[in-house]
Amino acid sequence: MNLNAIYALLLREAKIFFREKERIISILISPLLFLFVMGRGMGSGTSPVEGYTYQQFIFPGILAMVILFTSITYGLYIIWDKRLDFLKEVLAAPISRTTLFIGKSLGGMLGAIIETLILLIIGAFFILPLMSAGQVALCLAVSFPVSYMITNIGLTIGARMKSMEGFGLVMSFLTWPLFFFSGALFDLATAAPYIKIISLFDPVTYAVDIMRVIMLGRGAFTVWADLAAIAAFCLATTILGVTSFGKLQQEK
Amino acid sequence: MSAIKTDNLVKRYSEVTAVDGVSLEIPEGEVFGLLGPNGAGKTTLISMLATLVKPTSGTALVAGFDINKESLKVRHNIGIVFQEPSVDDLLTARENLYLHSMLYGMPRREINPKIDAMLALVKLGDRADSYVKTFSGGMRRRLEIARGLIHAPRILFLDEPTLGLDPASRKAVWAHIRELKEAHKTTIILTTHYMEEADSLADRIGIIHHGRIIELDTPEALKKKVGQDLVFLTGKIDEKAISALPFVGSVELESSRYKISITDPARNLQALLNAAGRIEEVEVRRVTLDDVFLKFAGQQISEDSGNSGIFERIATVKSTRK
Repeated sequence: MNLNAIYALLLREAKIFFREKERIISILISPLLFLFVMGRGMGSGTSPVEGYTYQQFIFPGILAMVILFTSITYGLYIIWDKRLDFLKEVLAAPISRTTLFIGKSLGGMLGAIIETLILLIIGAFFILPLMSAGQVALCLAVSFPVSYMITNIGLTIGARMKSMEGFGLVMSFLTWPLFFFSGALFDLATAAPYIKIISLFDPVTYAVDIMRVIMLGRGAFTVWADLAAIAAFCLATTILGVTSFGKLQQEK
Repeated sequence: MSAIKTDNLVKRYSEVTAVDGVSLEIPEGEVFGLLGPNGAGKTTLISMLATLVKPTSGTALVAGFDINKESLKVRHNIGIVFQEPSVDDLLTARENLYLHSMLYGMPRREINPKIDAMLALVKLGDRADSYVKTFSGGMRRRLEIARGLIHAPRILFLDEPTLGLDPASRKAVWAHIRELKEAHKTTIILTTHYMEEADSLADRIGIIHHGRIIELDTPEALKKKVGQDLVFLTGKIDEKAISALPFVGSVELESSRYKISITDPARNLQALLNAAGRIEEVEVRRVTLDDVFLKFAGQQISEDSGNSGIFERIATVKSTRK
């Protein structure tokens, strides 16, 4: 592992992230629609958690959604790097593929964490005004491993995909299902059995759940179960990602 | 020690054999030109030497390190300038060089002075802090060369370094390459399909065709192998008189003009013209690397395509005379 190189890779991602301000805003659009249109629109009904509105109930889920969308999109972005040949420069550099992978992962985390922070601030004012600074800090802390594992998934797919045309497919067949099965919008405890079973294999489930425990004090699993699942997904996706980066070759 | 030594390198993709058993030795400090048409295997060969593509079989020592086993050590000792620009559009010229220097593990405090020196070398000093997306093709290429050099590699790979450049930028790049060779004794491996480029820069040229090195020599020796220079004469020509001249090889009537092969036309042309009689038109055609290329690679191409241009006919004349 080469710390200088990781710093260099992260620096590049940070510069590019802050230079593409439209991306920072545009990635927040759909979560905000869910939160303020669907959350409010359906909010007149009942909330699965007593004492909280439906909008408040889905807020942890929407936080997870922001991390999911930012991280997957970022990971798939390396297809552009491949196309634009920037990746060649890094692939030719004297750094191991593991270093490259970690640098890229950290870059993705950076973006996701900044987006999470923006949404947390919005939430602290408009949705859960009683949320304490400690809760905000805990949510932010959780967003580190969560964005790491999801960035890894995005990078793994991005490293294996050849063209940007697959982007829409990944969004339809992976990102949206990961979001819907995670229980972001409903209570898993009372959901249909097939949803419950599928949700167990969805890493986002545990992200939503742990955020919900932190903010609302109630989730489908215990904090320790959530953390264990997230840790397992972090490990598994690291192995997957490092393996697929190892296979990356310059394309003819 | 040789800078590069390859041993029967092979790269096979599912259907094509891009590089088919290349064994080469390139001494330190040499400028080696790899000349071949598109698809001949130049880029694949370079990519293997730069450890970007794994060989199907065979191996190579680059700067003394095995490309299969010690790829990171190989990478530390080489610089590479890609065929397609790979500088980062969203960063400035300085940032591109800075990131590169960090990736290559240069000491922090050396980086900035080195960047200024490199940018000055490629005449981009005044654009150091502009975004690369505002650069022209020639400027990107120059930045890319600066990047390939900044970590002072012992061996530099240049994959079509002047592709798509205007003549002025091309000359500037050539000047840089000569300077590198002279001042820094950098070994340079250059791929090109511009004959002029190979001729003016390379100490030795390897002609690569269908993944094989089919000919390897100095530019002068290669030209000599192809044959003599030609003079075409039209008019009332005294064929016997010119055939008798010692420096004339063959004389042939080709449509309405005589094709005369001749050694050293610079010196002997006057004598030829004096002997020839009444001349209406004179054309001198010196052997160029184009002819070399067509002789060694083009004959095979013409087997497929069946067309034969003037240069191929020259080559044919030469080979039938053997």
